[in-house]
Amino acid sequence: MSKSMKSALLLLGPLLAFLMLAYVFPFLGILRWSFTLPELGLGNYSDALTDPLVLSVFWRTLRVCVIVTVVSVASAYVITLLWVRGGPVQRLVMELCILIPFWISVLTRAFGWLALLSNRGLINTWLQGIGLTSDPLTMVRNEFGVVVGMAHFLIPFAVFPLASAMRNLDERVLLAARGMGAGRQRVFWTVFLPMTAPGILGAALIVFVFALGFFVTPAILGGGRSVMVAELVYLRIFQSPNWGLGAAISVILMIGVAFLMGALMKAVRPGEKS
Amino acid sequence: MKPTRPGLVAVVLAALVAVFLLMPLLAVIPVSFTPKRFLSVPEDVWSLRHYQSLIDEPEWARAAGLSVLIGLASAALATALAFLFSLGIWMLRPRYAGALMGLALLPMVAPPVVSALTLYFFLITLGQVNDFVAYDSVPGVILAHMVMISPFAVVLITVSLAQIDRRIDLAARVMGAGLFTRIFRVILPNIKFGVLTAFLLTFVLSWEEIGVTIFITSVDVATLPRLMWMGLRDNIDPAIAAVSVVLIVIVTAVILTRTAVQVARSRRGEG
Repeated sequence: MSKSMKSALLLLGPLLAFLMLAYVFPFLGILRWSFTLPELGLGNYSDALTDPLVLSVFWRTLRVCVIVTVVSVASAYVITLLWVRGGPVQRLVMELCILIPFWISVLTRAFGWLALLSNRGLINTWLQGIGLTSDPLTMVRNEFGVVVGMAHFLIPFAVFPLASAMRNLDERVLLAARGMGAGRQRVFWTVFLPMTAPGILGAALIVFVFALGFFVTPAILGGGRSVMVAELVYLRIFQSPNWGLGAAISVILMIGVAFLMGALMKAVRPGEKS
Repeated sequence: MKPTRPGLVAVVLAALVAVFLLMPLLAVIPVSFTPKRFLSVPEDVWSLRHYQSLIDEPEWARAAGLSVLIGLASAALATALAFLFSLGIWMLRPRYAGALMGLALLPMVAPPVVSALTLYFFLITLGQVNDFVAYDSVPGVILAHMVMISPFAVVLITVSLAQIDRRIDLAARVMGAGLFTRIFRVILPNIKFGVLTAFLLTFVLSWEEIGVTIFITSVDVATLPRLMWMGLRDNIDPAIAAVSVVLIVIVTAVILTRTAVQVARSRRGEG
């Protein structure tokens, strides 16, 4: 064996072997489940694509993910704007508002929303205390709670691509627009916003892809009522077992995400062929 | 001419988003002092009973200890594997580097639930031939966490490798250094900060991992997030609020300290 072959095996081998064993082969096993349980054939896929319950979960997932993406990217845009282009104090405050939630676990954050939104939570206690409502408003165990919780989780992830787009922007173009008499509003809408469009697209794709496979927040804030795809997989594996169907839904999800990742690569590096 | 600062509308909107981001973290604090046994806001009496129960009930300390153990083991192993792999890509520049990198990063980009199901399959299959590494076992959780966190270590170490000058490795090689010397005496000292960061990040990721852990454990292995998850699903246990406050205080303290150090440093740099 040549020397470079030996060092390749030594360096690249361990991680690749580990991932093949613990990830790639088991995924092939899932693929096999989807075609063979309970019987050989495409039954699980035709079930997944025709069963009204599964379809309604797919539609709900898409709808929630689109809303979450729009809310997260728009919110992230304004805080990134201040973080990148604000004065020193604004920068510091925004940085803390982005970093602290980012490092706090998803469970704690979902619980925080329960503490705020549930029937005996802060908002309902306060509303009833001042006599504005007599019955608690239902804000969790429905799609509203899921959207709020997911947007809260995903905003920091949208900040990073937006920040890099805003940092790489050529300041002179903005100065030229100002110099030629465009007002602040006009500079923002016709120059700044279009120039950060690749960052917006990147952020939207990242948030959307993350949101699609999201399990914990919807399960806690949806309370089993507004089930999304990831939770459906869990239910089909552990609660009303239909392993073949659960596997087929996972494979469909994986394919969808692969397409979106391909789009993301193109959006980030439009010049290169993938 | 100075760059334009964001206008009033942007400041107001950003302040609203900032409130949105911090609100749930602050909301946990009053709830943790409720005297009742269910999620509620304390009215007249504020109680420390839920903090007391964190100390009295041994399962919380046991879960935190287990999470630290699993975090240290999986972060150390994942960082070591990622270190060798990233070095291999950097030093050897193999022909299919892009594809190999894609494979290494796969668990990071795949939907978490697909990874969770895949690792569940992996562990029940292994469990059929041995009892040590199996579903609902500590070694099983360590392996599963390694899969999930190693891509992040690969990214961080690759980024810090990209910043070193290849000529120092070339010089070492020309002067007859073997692979071992080149790695541990020439390259590692230059990227030790990146490797340390990778270890810390992967530790944190394992410490708070829940999506995969739900699929691969049932009753025997209760990490801290797993225990919190059980307390959140059925009847919401206010002890979760007390745990959350502790976790939020730790994270906030670390980030504020780091920021204060940075601010002090930049002041000194200007002065």
